[in-house]
Amino acid sequence: MTAETARTTIIHRIEVRPREGFGDVRGAAALREVTALGDGEGGLPERIDHAAVYLVEGPEDAALAARLADELLADPVTQQATVIAGEARRGASIGGARGGLVSIIEVHPLPGVTDPAAESIEAVAERLIGLRVRVRTGSRWEFHGVDADRAESLVRRALANPVVHSLHRGPHHPAAFPAPRPHGDAIRDVPLLGLDDAALERLSREAHLFLSLDEMRAIRGHYRALGREPREIELETIAQTWSEHCVHKTLKSTIRYREGDVEAMPLGPQVSGGAARPGHERLADGTIVIRNLLRSTIAAATHELMAEGIDWCLSVFVDNAGVIAFDDLHAVCFKCETHNHPSAIEPYGGAATGVGGCIRDVMGTGLSARPIASTDVFCVAWPRRPSAARRPDEGSRSVVPAGALDPARILRQVVAGVRDYGNRMGIPTVAGAVWFDDDYIGNPLVYCGCIGVMPRNLVRGEVRPGDRIVVVGGRTGRDGIHGATFSSAELTETHADEFSHAVQIGNAITQKKVLDALMAMRDDPRGCLYDAITDCGAGGFSSAVGEMGREHGAEVHLDRAPLKYEGLSPTEAWISEAQERMVLAVPPAKLDAVIAHCEAHQVEWCDLGQFGCRLDGPSGPEPHLRLLWRGAEVGRLSTTFLDEALPMPQREASFAAPKRASATAESGAAVAVQDLLPALLRHPNIASKHWIVRQYDHEVQGGSVVKPFVGERQEGPADGAVLLPVRGSLRGLAVGCGLATGLRDDPRAMALAAIDECVRNLVCLGADPARCAILDNFSWPSCRDAANLGALVRAAEGCYDGAKAYRTPFISGKDSLNNQFVAEGGEVIQIPPTLLISGMAIVEDVRRCVTSDLKAPGNLLVLVGPRSRSLRGSHAGRLTERDCGDLPLVDLALGPAVARAVSAAIAAGTIRSAHDCADGGLAVAVAEMAIGGGFGAVIDARALDGAPAPAARSSGAPPKGSVIDEALLAELFGEWPSRYLLEVPEEALGRFRAALAGSAPAAAIPHAVIGRVVADRRLILGEVSWTLDELRAAWRGTLDW
Amino acid sequence: MPSALVITAPGINCDLELAEAFALVGCEVERILLGRLTRQPELVDRFELIGLPGGFSYGDDIAAGRIMAQLIRAGIARRLVDALARGVPIIAPCNGFQIAVQAGLLPDPAPSPGASGPEESPALPRPSVALCDNDSGRFCDRWVRVEVPVKTHCIWTRGLRPVGAGSMLPIAHGEGRFTTDAATLRTLERDGRVALRYASDDNPNGSIGAIAGICDPTGRCFGLMPHPERFTRWTQHPWWTRLGDDERSGTPLGLAMFESAVRSLAAAAPAGGR
Repeated sequence: MTAETARTTIIHRIEVRPREGFGDVRGAAALREVTALGDGEGGLPERIDHAAVYLVEGPEDAALAARLADELLADPVTQQATVIAGEARRGASIGGARGGLVSIIEVHPLPGVTDPAAESIEAVAERLIGLRVRVRTGSRWEFHGVDADRAESLVRRALANPVVHSLHRGPHHPAAFPAPRPHGDAIRDVPLLGLDDAALERLSREAHLFLSLDEMRAIRGHYRALGREPREIELETIAQTWSEHCVHKTLKSTIRYREGDVEAMPLGPQVSGGAARPGHERLADGTIVIRNLLRSTIAAATHELMAEGIDWCLSVFVDNAGVIAFDDLHAVCFKCETHNHPSAIEPYGGAATGVGGCIRDVMGTGLSARPIASTDVFCVAWPRRPSAARRPDEGSRSVVPAGALDPARILRQVVAGVRDYGNRMGIPTVAGAVWFDDDYIGNPLVYCGCIGVMPRNLVRGEVRPGDRIVVVGGRTGRDGIHGATFSSAELTETHADEFSHAVQIGNAITQKKVLDALMAMRDDPRGCLYDAITDCGAGGFSSAVGEMGREHGAEVHLDRAPLKYEGLSPTEAWISEAQERMVLAVPPAKLDAVIAHCEAHQVEWCDLGQFGCRLDGPSGPEPHLRLLWRGAEVGRLSTTFLDEALPMPQREASFAAPKRASATAESGAAVAVQDLLPALLRHPNIASKHWIVRQYDHEVQGGSVVKPFVGERQEGPADGAVLLPVRGSLRGLAVGCGLATGLRDDPRAMALAAIDECVRNLVCLGADPARCAILDNFSWPSCRDAANLGALVRAAEGCYDGAKAYRTPFISGKDSLNNQFVAEGGEVIQIPPTLLISGMAIVEDVRRCVTSDLKAPGNLLVLVGPRSRSLRGSHAGRLTERDCGDLPLVDLALGPAVARAVSAAIAAGTIRSAHDCADGGLAVAVAEMAIGGGFGAVIDARALDGAPAPAARSSGAPPKGSVIDEALLAELFGEWPSRYLLEVPEEALGRFRAALAGSAPAAAIPHAVIGRVVADRRLILGEVSWTLDELRAAWRGTLDW
Repeated sequence: MPSALVITAPGINCDLELAEAFALVGCEVERILLGRLTRQPELVDRFELIGLPGGFSYGDDIAAGRIMAQLIRAGIARRLVDALARGVPIIAPCNGFQIAVQAGLLPDPAPSPGASGPEESPALPRPSVALCDNDSGRFCDRWVRVEVPVKTHCIWTRGLRPVGAGSMLPIAHGEGRFTTDAATLRTLERDGRVALRYASDDNPNGSIGAIAGICDPTGRCFGLMPHPERFTRWTQHPWWTRLGDDERSGTPLGLAMFESAVRSLAAAAPAGGR
C-alpha cells in the first residue's frame, strides 16, 4: 500500500450522547442491570453515563464526518455528537467525565460479529451523502465512583460478553479495521482409508465431527469403495447431515428397553386398550425391543389417528413445520425449536437466532407460510441468592460454576434476544413459560415456537430437475460454523472458547425483508414463482441444498454466494450457518420475476446453480451433490449414500422409578396455609411474568383476541393466547403449552400431564379439543446413559398414550439430547429431562372465547375434574417437603372426557371465566382469577369434599387458624391433572350441568360448586383469608425486574 | 371510494393492519415501498389519505425511525407536504410518528424562517420535538387510557369523546417519550395541536404533558405513539370478555379516528380536491 492510498481513508470516531436535561435512560438502565447482579460488596457506581460510539472508515474529510454525525447519528433535539478525526485519536477522553473517579469501559463487537446498525448506516450513508464508508458501532460506559478494574468486571458480567465483544479501557479508536483471516481455496483431502478405529475416533473428535466409530467406519467403507480419500468438504457434509441435530438418530435407533420397578403403568407391548404397541416386541427375558422409537410412538399416534378419521392433518413430520387445515382456504403450521447451546454461551444472540431460525422454518414450510405468532419457553437456574433466603427447592449450589453464565443474566439476555428479534420481525410473541431448576445452570433451555398461515393449496412444494438454486437474504460469512455438530455435543467449561464461532448475532430486518419479498413471490398474480423452498438452518447450504437435492441431486457453484467478507474457503461457504438465508427452487422461466421482487424489497439474491445432477454410482447413475468453486469440482457426494448409509445404532435403555415415601408426609411439620399461598404466588415458576411479556409486542399484526394478561388491570394470567389468523374471519386459533417437569420421577406421567395441561389451556380459552394439534420438544441429558434413554422411552410412550387418548395428533417435534454441563473438575450437571408440549387448536367463533379473570360477584365457582390426591410433584409439595404420595397420573378416559365437557359448557355460553388448575393447584388458580378480575372469592372447604371421587375423602374440616389436614391440603395445592375451575352464573347452573352431561353420556363428569365470587377484595378459605392486594403483591413482586 | 396509500419499507411491520383499518372505513388501499415512491414520487399524488405505519423501519438502527426519516427528507418529503396542502389526511402511528417528527413533517412542515435550501424545494425544518427512550428504559406493550383534548384541531380525533373501557388504545414501543422545548410545547398546547393525551395516571413512557399524539397546523397530519389500527374490533380490546353487548356496540376508538378522517374528506370535497 502506498503512502498516498493509505491517507485516503481514515477512521472517524463519532460519539453521541444525550444533551443536558434530556436524561440518560440507557445509562440508568445499565446502572439497574449492574445493581441487579446483587454484588454490592466490590462497590457499585453512583451513576453510569452512556454514549453511542460509531467508528466510520471513510475519506479524510472532517466535513463529511460532521455531516454524518449531524444528519444521521444524533437527534438534534435530544442528543449531541462529537467527531474525532483520525489524527486526534491519540487524545484520550472526550466529553462526559468531569470530576471525581470516572472509569471508562467501551464495548465493541468483535471483528466478524454481525453489527446490524453498522450495516444500516453503511447503506444509508451511501444513498444520502454518496459516501462509501465502513462502520462499526460500540458503546461507551462511564462508571462514576468505581475504579477501572471494578468497572470492567461489572461490564463483563452485565453489559458485554467476551464471546462476541471486545472491551476497552478508554476510547477505542483503531487506525484501521482488522482484515478478515484469508483462507486458501485449496481442496484438502483428509486421509482416512488407512486409519484404524482409534485414529478414526480421534479424527472425529479433533475435527469436531462428533461422529461415532460406526459412522466413521461407514464413511471409510464408502470411500474405500470409491477408491479415494474424502475431501474435507465432503466429510463436513456427512458430519452435518448425520448429526443428531439433523437426523435424530437416537430417536430413530433400535432400543432395547428394560423396566425395573415402576410405580404406575408399567410399559407392556400392549396399549391400555389391548392393541399391540406398534414397533414394540417383548423378548422372553422381559426386554422390550423398540424399532425406531419416534416412528413407534409419537408418529405412530398421529398416523393411527389419521387412519381413524382425523382428516385435518395436512403435513406431519416431513416439512419444516407441521401443517393442519384451518378453514376451507387456509392452513396453519406450527414449529418449535430449541437453541440451548448457543444460548448458554451467548444468551442474547443464541435466543435471537433461535427465534429467527424457527420463524425461517415457518417461512420454509410448504411454499411458505406467513408467521403470525411466536411462543417462548425458558428453563434456567435460580437467580443466585444468599443461602439463607433460599427455598427448600432451590438446592444448595451457591456459586455459578466456571464457564457458565449467571442465571439472572441468562434470563435477561434471552428475553432481550427474543424481544429484539420477534418485535423487529413484527411477529407477536404470545405465549410461553419459565421453569427454574438449578440443574439448568450450565445448560439453559430456550424453546422458540412459531405459527404461520398459508393458502391450503400451497402446503407442498416439489423440486423439479432444472430448477435454479436461488439463495435469498443474508450474506455468507464464517458465522455459525459447526452449529449442527455443536448442538449435538455436550457443553463443557471451555466451550465458550472452542465454539464461539458457532454463536452469532442475528439481523431481524434482513429476514423481514426476505419475508416481504417471499410473500410477494408466493402471492404473485402469475402464481407462486418457485417450486420449493427451505431455510438455511443448521448445516447451512450443505443441509438446505442437500435436503432439497435429495431426489434429483444438485450442482452448486459455491463461489457465487455473496460473502460478508473475502477469504472464505469453499468448505466454509458450504457449511456456514450465517443467518437469514432461504433457498428456493426456481424454474428458469420465473427467475427474472423472482429477481424483480428481490430488488424491490432490497433483498440480496444469488443463483447458486441448479437442481438435478446424476453421476455414476456403484449401481448406475445416482443423484449427487456436485460442489464447484470457480468452475472446478471441489467435492461430490451421492445423496443416496448420505441418506441411506447412516448406521443405525442399537442402544440400551433402562428405567426404574426412584423410591418415594408412601402416602404419609415426609415431614410432620404442620403447614401454615396462611403463608403457603403467598409463598406459592411468589415462586418464580408461578409468579407473574409481566416483566417478560410486556417487553414483547404481543399484538402486532392486530390479530390478538386473548392476550397474555387479562382483566381491567391487564394483570391476570391468560391460559394461552387466541388470535385471528385470517383477516375478516371470526375463526380463531388458540395457542398454549404444557410443561410438567415436576413429575420428572416418571417421565411417562410427566408426558401425560404436559399433554393434559396443554389441552386444558386451549379448552379454557374456548378452543375445540377435537381440533387440537400438538408438538413435542424433548430436551434431555446424554442418552448414551441407559437411564436417561430409558426416561426418554417412558416419555415417548406417554406421548403415544396421551395423543391417542386425547385424539391430539403430534404434527411436528424436535429433540435436543445432550444437555449437560461438565464443570471444571469433571462434575457433570445433567438437566432434568424436560418435555415441552406446544399446542394449537381451532376456535370456531372467537366471540365465544373466555378468559380467566373473575367477572361478577355472586357467580359460582365450579371445580370440574378428578380429586387431587397428593402433593406429589407439586410446588407446595416441594416447599413443604411433602413431595410424596400417589403419583398424579392422567386418567386417560376421564381427562379427555372432562376436556370435552368443559368445552361443551363454554360453547353453550354458560361460563364467564375459566382457568386450569396447574402450577400451585386449585388455590393458586383461584388467586390468579381473583387478581385478574379484581373481585374476591369465598371457597367452601366442605364443598371440596362434595366432588365424587373414589379416593379417600378429606375430612372437609374448614381450615382452623393456619393448619389444615393433609387431604384438604392436597385438594387445594396438589397439581393433579384434568382439573378446571369455572365461573358459572347461578342462573346458568342448570344449563351448565346439562352441557357437561350432554357431552359425555357414558361418563359422569365429576364437578362441585366450591365457592362464590364476592365483591369484597379478599380470598376467604374457612378462617384463613388474604386481601387481593397482598396476593397481587406476592404474585407480581418476584420477577418485577 | 377514497384511495389510501400505506407507505412501507424494510422493517415496517404494521402495514397490513393499517391497510385493514383504512379498508374498514371504505378506502381502497395500496401499499407501496418507499423505494418505489422515491423513484416515482408522482405516485403520492394519486391518493386521498396516507399512512406511515409502525414497525422498526431499517431496524430502528441508530434510533427509532431515524434512517427512514432521512430517506423521506431526501426523497418524497415535499410530495407529502403538498399532499397535506391539498387536504390529504396523514396518519403516522408509532414508528410512523418517530419518522414524521424526524423527517420534519411534524410538528410543522412549513420551513422555519431563514432556513436555507434550494428554492424550488425548500428543505423541511429540522426536528423540534423528539420521541426518545421510554423513561423505563425498555420496550413496553400494553393498553393505556387516552383522552382527546377538547380544543384539538386534529381532524383525526376532533370531536371524539372516549369514555370508560372505550378510551383505551394499545402502545408497543421502546422510544416514545415525547419531549420538546418549552416554547414549542406552549405553541402546540395553545394552537390545539395536542391531538391525544395519555390519561394522567396512565402515562407509559414519561412524555411531557402526557402527550400521546400531535398534529400539524392544518390538523391533518397526525402522529401518535398508540396504535389506533390495532383497535378496530372489540375482540382486540384487552378486557372485551368483561364487557356487555351494549358496551361493545360503539365504534372502537381506533376505527373512529379513521372514520373521522374519511368524514373530513367528504366535508372538504366541495371546496376542491380531486
